[in-house]
Amino acid sequence: MDENFRIRKILDMQELNIQEIKNLNYKLLMVMKRIREVELSISKEYKNQEIRCPVHLSVGQEAAAAAIALNINKTDYSVSTHRGHAHYLAKGGDLKAMISELYGKKTGCSKGKGGSMHLIDKEVGFMGTSAIVGNSIATGTGLAEAAKLNSKGQISVIHIGDGALEEGVFYESLNYACLKQLPAIYLCENNFYSVYSPLKVRQPPNRDISALAKAIGTKFSYKCKGNDPVNAHNIVQKAIYQCRNNYGPIFIEYETYRWLEHCGPNNDDNLNYRDQKEIADWREKDPIKILERKLTQKESKDYELYKVYIKNEIAEAFQYAKDSKPPNYIEAFTEIYSSK
Amino acid sequence: MKLTFSQAINQAFIDAMKSDEKVLCLGLGATDPKGVFNTTSGLEKLFGSQRVFDIPTSENAITGICVGLSIGGYKPVLTHQRLDFALLSLDQIINNAAKLHYMFGGALNCPIVIRMIIGRGWGQGPTHSQNLQMLFAGIPGLKVIIPGSAQDAYSQLRASIESPDPIIFLEHRWLHNSFSEIKLNHSSLDIREQSTVKEGSDITILATSYMLPESIKAANILEKYGISVEIINFRCYYFEPDEAIIKSLKKTKRLIIADTAQDCFSISYTLVEKIKNKIHLGSDKYSILAMPSVPEPTSYYLTKNFYLNYQDILNQVFKMLDIKNNFIEETSLDTIKHDIPGEWFKGPF
Repeated sequence: MDENFRIRKILDMQELNIQEIKNLNYKLLMVMKRIREVELSISKEYKNQEIRCPVHLSVGQEAAAAAIALNINKTDYSVSTHRGHAHYLAKGGDLKAMISELYGKKTGCSKGKGGSMHLIDKEVGFMGTSAIVGNSIATGTGLAEAAKLNSKGQISVIHIGDGALEEGVFYESLNYACLKQLPAIYLCENNFYSVYSPLKVRQPPNRDISALAKAIGTKFSYKCKGNDPVNAHNIVQKAIYQCRNNYGPIFIEYETYRWLEHCGPNNDDNLNYRDQKEIADWREKDPIKILERKLTQKESKDYELYKVYIKNEIAEAFQYAKDSKPPNYIEAFTEIYSSK
Repeated sequence: MKLTFSQAINQAFIDAMKSDEKVLCLGLGATDPKGVFNTTSGLEKLFGSQRVFDIPTSENAITGICVGLSIGGYKPVLTHQRLDFALLSLDQIINNAAKLHYMFGGALNCPIVIRMIIGRGWGQGPTHSQNLQMLFAGIPGLKVIIPGSAQDAYSQLRASIESPDPIIFLEHRWLHNSFSEIKLNHSSLDIREQSTVKEGSDITILATSYMLPESIKAANILEKYGISVEIINFRCYYFEPDEAIIKSLKKTKRLIIADTAQDCFSISYTLVEKIKNKIHLGSDKYSILAMPSVPEPTSYYLTKNFYLNYQDILNQVFKMLDIKNNFIEETSLDTIKHDIPGEWFKGPF
């Protein structure tokens, strides 16, 4: 694993000397906390109406991203969905470029052309997110084929949600990946809702999603219950090891829950499309709270410092985005083609 | 070197794959004994099954996989035996391939070529014969290439493979057996350049795809009657008309566009409007020969007067040049049936 990369880009906190941190819980917590603070800051800033694009926040769902962050290399590929901030950050994506993209600035990772749903950081192998459900499953599979053809031990991680499993392209892609034994990990965050539609109106009852993937032909298919970050990490670690060692594509279903509305900065529990008890139960399974409770006294002290550090880092990124010059409208007419 | 259109495609693959090991060739039937009308025959043997391979019937995923391969550094050429099959992949073509460069602020290139073959005749019917060129040409970010000759097949495919942009490469099935002397040279080709294939002074025909050989046939007949036709091979669809077109019209002042797609909401009409912005053309000085806006019927009998051919071009030229005595006995040339391109075609598709 590319330890330096993880330290520099994923956690971006050299002064805290992450190398000396041995405790897995603490490492996971740090990654998750940073993602959550970024998302909450977006949520908070959104009301100022300077972020003028749809945002799909990952608050509550950070653990799957954190598990990837601790186990993936810079040279690996990853792609994601409309709800992709966490995955971008987990892969080491540049925070300032992401926030600037939300503000529609030229300094944004897509120069303001894409917005929240089109994040990219090629430097770290984060190859893009898509606004169309299921769309990036195929692209990620293609990157897995590129990885296989490159023969350099790369893998491709494809972040998807439960809704994407209903698209034909999921079956098509997984079938292809199994056929060609591609080094792809399909990491499905099952948050049980597609916008306001619960799983039960979209898929047959009691379907075991991971068994579905196995039936298509993955050698290994895992299910990770109950938003458990440590379990998620262990499964992801094992899956990445297997994927790198030519066991072909691997599917992981990770059960989780979205705290905020599907799209936008707010909580929408007042709409009552989700049962109050269900919401309360999942809130209890907050992966950040669970790990915060497990910190030692020494770690708690460091953690306080860390929180100050990321608070500053995020504030700086927002300031950078706000201060960045907006693009000239004429740039809308550029970059339609790569060549003349 | 004399090659058929199919052989020229095959040769373009061979030369492109030899010069760049990142080029891949995939598609349903790419490695089967027919080799997509012989266009991909022998490639697997030459370049191995990692670079040349058959695929599952998963158009949407495969197109997305090609997009993934392209941003991962490869240059996939995906072949659909009919354009109609590619419709399952519109999401990946339109929302992904066409947009990647733009929506990620220039960070990504998407060098993929999607070959789509357009059928005609022999009962191809409503869903094996559609030329939906206007759909693709209407998407910014895509370049639509529509070769009209064996030389185009070679040089335009090479140029398309080298292009960093996604290319929709529309091949007319009836061109596959047409042949010409080929120069294995492509490096000077601007992918958007049209080509003047015959110079003339009385009227300009912009001919696309299979209408090119039909136009040449018509022009050769007209020559005997002292009518001089200029033919421009309109082989790339782009928003602005090529300088060659304007130059030609300044000379001939009359225009026929001979198209293989429907006329309704067509590229031809857009093109006429664009041309009229640059040069005066009275309403009786231009016309469009295109397919009617109805699905193509299957039956041999129903297609009898359905397709356009050189005779329609002849009649149109006479009409526009106001030549009354336009009875020309050319029917003796027509010994072949209307639903096949030539005796070489034995079906099935």
